[in-house]
Parts: sequence; C-alpha cells; structure tokens
Amino acid sequence: MTTLVFLEHHGDEILKTSLGVLSKAAEVGGQVEGVLVGSGVEPLASSAGKFGASTVLVADDPRLEAALPQPRVDVLAALVRDRGHENVLLAQSILGADVAAGLAARLEAGLNWQLTDVLTRDGELVGRQPALSDSVVCEVGWTETPRLALFRAGALDPVASGGEARVERVEPELEDFSLTAEMVEQAHEESEGPSIEDADVIVAGGRGLGGPENFTLVEDLAKALGGAVAATRAVVDAGWYPYQTQVGQTGKTVSPKLYIACGISGAIQHKVGMQASNVIVSINKDPNAPIFEYSDLGVVGDVHAIVPKLTELVRARRGG
Amino acid sequence: MKIAVCVKQVPDTPAKRMNRQTNRLDRSGEGALNPFDTQAVEEALRLKEAEGPGEVVLVSMGPPTAGDAMRKALAMGADRAILITDEAAAGSDLVATSRALAAALERESPDLVLFGQYAADSEGAVLWAAVAERLRRPMISQVAELTVDNGSVTGRRQTEFGYDVIRAPLPAVVAVSDAINEPRYPSLKGIMGAKRKPQDTLSLGDLGLEAAQAGEQGSRTTVLALHDPPPRGESRTIEDDGGAADEIVEFLAEKRLL
Repeated sequence: MTTLVFLEHHGDEILKTSLGVLSKAAEVGGQVEGVLVGSGVEPLASSAGKFGASTVLVADDPRLEAALPQPRVDVLAALVRDRGHENVLLAQSILGADVAAGLAARLEAGLNWQLTDVLTRDGELVGRQPALSDSVVCEVGWTETPRLALFRAGALDPVASGGEARVERVEPELEDFSLTAEMVEQAHEESEGPSIEDADVIVAGGRGLGGPENFTLVEDLAKALGGAVAATRAVVDAGWYPYQTQVGQTGKTVSPKLYIACGISGAIQHKVGMQASNVIVSINKDPNAPIFEYSDLGVVGDVHAIVPKLTELVRARRGG
Repeated sequence: MKIAVCVKQVPDTPAKRMNRQTNRLDRSGEGALNPFDTQAVEEALRLKEAEGPGEVVLVSMGPPTAGDAMRKALAMGADRAILITDEAAAGSDLVATSRALAAALERESPDLVLFGQYAADSEGAVLWAAVAERLRRPMISQVAELTVDNGSVTGRRQTEFGYDVIRAPLPAVVAVSDAINEPRYPSLKGIMGAKRKPQDTLSLGDLGLEAAQAGEQGSRTTVLALHDPPPRGESRTIEDDGGAADEIVEFLAEKRLL
C-alpha cells in the first residue's frame, strides 16, 4: 500500500495534526510519503521522517507562498497520477478540507471526512467516522483507489518512530484558474506565553458571561485550577478576549484533561475545537444548549452565581 | 449580477437517524432548509440589493420534497429555484453530488456561486471546493465578510491562525461562514409570493448525465457498517438548586482532577 500524507505547515513548523496523520499512515503500513507545499519550506521536510515518512516530496515555489488550496490540488494531483499513491490522507483544517475536496473532484476519487481512525481489513482501508453529532459511528470505505481521507483535528497523536526522510524536490505545474485567487492580506496573532494547546486544564468563556468584564470569573477559576483561559469565536469577534485564546473550527483545537465551558452554547464551530477533551464540564442557563449533549457533567444554571462559588471551593480544596 | 446559491434539504429533527437497512440517512420525516444555507441566501439577497439589477437562483439536489425546503429560501427573497431530482441520484457522495451540481451551474453560468458553511446532516463542509474544481473557478471558503467590486470578490475570513483577506476575479465560488450575517425571516408577503416563483426540476438526463454518474454507482465512498458510539462514561445534566458548585467539585474529585 502506498500512501501520501499532506503535511500542512504554519510558519516554520509542520502542524501537529498533520504529523498525527503521518504517524497513523506509518502504523497502517506500506510505503508512506509526505508532501510539503509552500515557499521556502524545504528545510522543514526532513523532520517528517521521525513520524514515519520515508520520503518527503517538496513543492517549493514562490507562487505557493499563500496557504490557498487550489494550487495545492494541482501539486497533489500530479503526484498521485505520477506515483500511483493508493491513499491520500490529510488532517482536517480549513486548508486541508478544501484541498481534499478539490482533489476528489480532480481525480474522481472518494473522500471520507471527519475520520477519527483508519485500519486495514483484507487489504482494504476502513475508516471510522462518528456521525450525526456523534450519535452513531460509521465504518466507511472506498470503492476505488485513490482513497482520500480527512482526519478530525485532535484525533491522532504524532508518534516519533522513524529517522530522517529522504527529501525530493518536485516541480509544480499549476493551472491558470488555480492562481486567480490571491491572498491580499494576512494577520496572524502569534501567541505569547504557554499555548492553550498544551494546557491540562482549560476554562473557557462564551457569550453567556454577559460582558468582557465577567471574564475575570473565568480567569479566577482557571488560576485556581492551574489552567489556561480560552474563549469562543463569538466573544473574540466581539472584542472581549484575544484571538489566540479562541477554541473552535477557526482558532485552536485543544484536548486537555479537563475542559470547563462557562456560558458557551457549544455550536458546531466550538465543538470541533474541544470535543477531544477528556472530561467536559459545562455551565449554561439554557437547558437546550447543544453543549450538554457532549458534556460529562452539565449544569443548567447561572455562571455568575456558580463560577465564583466553584472557584472558592477549588481554592479551599487545593489549599490556596 | 447573477448569484446562484447551493442549498440542501436536511431532516427537520434534532435527533437525525441512520436507516439501518440502507446505511443511509433516514430522510423519511419532514425536511427543512439546512440552517447554514440560510446565511448564504441572506448574503446573496444583500448583494443583489446593494448591486442593483440581478437575480438569485437556488440550486439543489435531493428528493422531490426538497422543493418544500427551497420554498423557504424563495420566501426570504430568492427569485427562482432549480432542483435536480432523480431516483438514480439517491445516495450520491461528494464526487457524484459535485458532478451534478456543477452541470446545473454550468447551464446557469452565474457570476457568483454561494454555499453555506456546513451541512447539518452529513456534517460535510467541503462541497464548494469540489464544485469550484469542476467549474475551474477560483474559490474562497469560510468567508465572514464579503464584498463585490469591479468584477472581483473579496472575502475576509478567520482561520486557525488569524485573519485572511482573499480576492478572486468573478465568476467565483464562495462559501460563507456562519458568522457572516443574521438571516432575515420570511415576511408574510414573501411566503405568499414564494408559491408563485418558478421552481424547475431537472433530471440527470436533462443535465447530460448518465444514471451511472450519480447515486451509488457514481460514488466512490461507501458506508460499510454502523455502530453505537463508545459510551462517554456517565454523562449527566443537573439543574442548579444552589449546590451546583459543590456537585462540580465532587465530580472533579471523583475524576481525580483536583
């Protein structure tokens, strides 16, 4: 079995989600190649060997600088055609999803998304796909090769197993229409201090807090628990809290041991960023909030009353 | 400007079910317009209102009853609706669905094609990229602010890393984020008027497609089996009667998280 893994990068790092997919591909077995697409990205390539790539194919071209999907479809399609990869695996992200679907149409190939795992059975690939708000788990397959798959962020952890990867340059041939969309502006807020992605405990605040001044409730509880503070898109959009704390489909994907959601309704945009947390506790005044469907402990009540009391109790307990 | 909005009918129930015989989604109950699509419709209407003369055309693929879901978007103000409906198209996956939608869009040749962020039933958020590829048009996804100016479209969006502004020449394909607007409610006049708006249906043959290019035959993915999800452990929801903070602490202690 030959597998190509799309290695998404940001700045001078290959994303952890992509390395997780690469490790899974190595575990499934066969020949595993990675592909890195961008401008000035060649120095990142060999590090992917550690996570299971025997070869990393590098398309390094100034026209590939912006993280736009369509030129990446050109690069991947040419590789799959020339080298005959049977599987193409990607981490699900805004870029990864757009690349995968464009590639599916280009190659007339099957794409399964939101996978949390994949295995081989009788030489065929079988994917595990939680569906319908995780109320059912589908075993999904492909009727032909190449098989395309997107893996849920946070579902797969990188496992260091290999050594150096061989790096091979490939010359991209780009379609005219692929280059017509252009990135005119990009604003990336680089986070300072420890990232919420590494925190064991996260206390997150949403619109239900009522106003930016009430974020102190969340901050106090996080401090008492020795955790980090996160926020939803709604409150970041409203300017209550900085972007680098945003958890969700846009923003960070986290999987702490404990996630406490305060005044968060838990719509899909937020859920995909935190559903891999070990234990989820949520407090919301709306009994119909979707977050209760995937909380281990849900509390219907007023965050303004419960959170300060909880902070006091935690402090007392931890002797703070 | 002519704007096409791709919409979908989804089962109108919070607890969607799989049909355990066919391994497909149970579509037997009432249908509704995918809520994320109403934001694409809203954005199309705002663009038309701002840009002057134009047309908003809805394009969908689904069972004949999907026409009812499209009527809600007509009531919001869309001008007409096209439904691709064909028994041979049932069970179409991404490659098959994008093929049929792209064929219908080719016939309409709109300046702009809009999609909603997410399909509430299949949990897919990728169809636009496949359609853009088939149309060989530029594509911008996750757009939270959209402007059209001088033959080009500009989208501002949030990603995992911050904010992007992307521009593309028309004709183009744009998928909007659910942060882009608050969709309007249809007025009574809109609801009455929707019944008189043109709703056309197209078969696969009308689009020049063979039956084998759609449905299960035209698809490249399959659902092999369904399982119950692993239990999340004990999951419960309590109402605060003044003692919720104590209960949370007790729960955290039990889980050895304190």
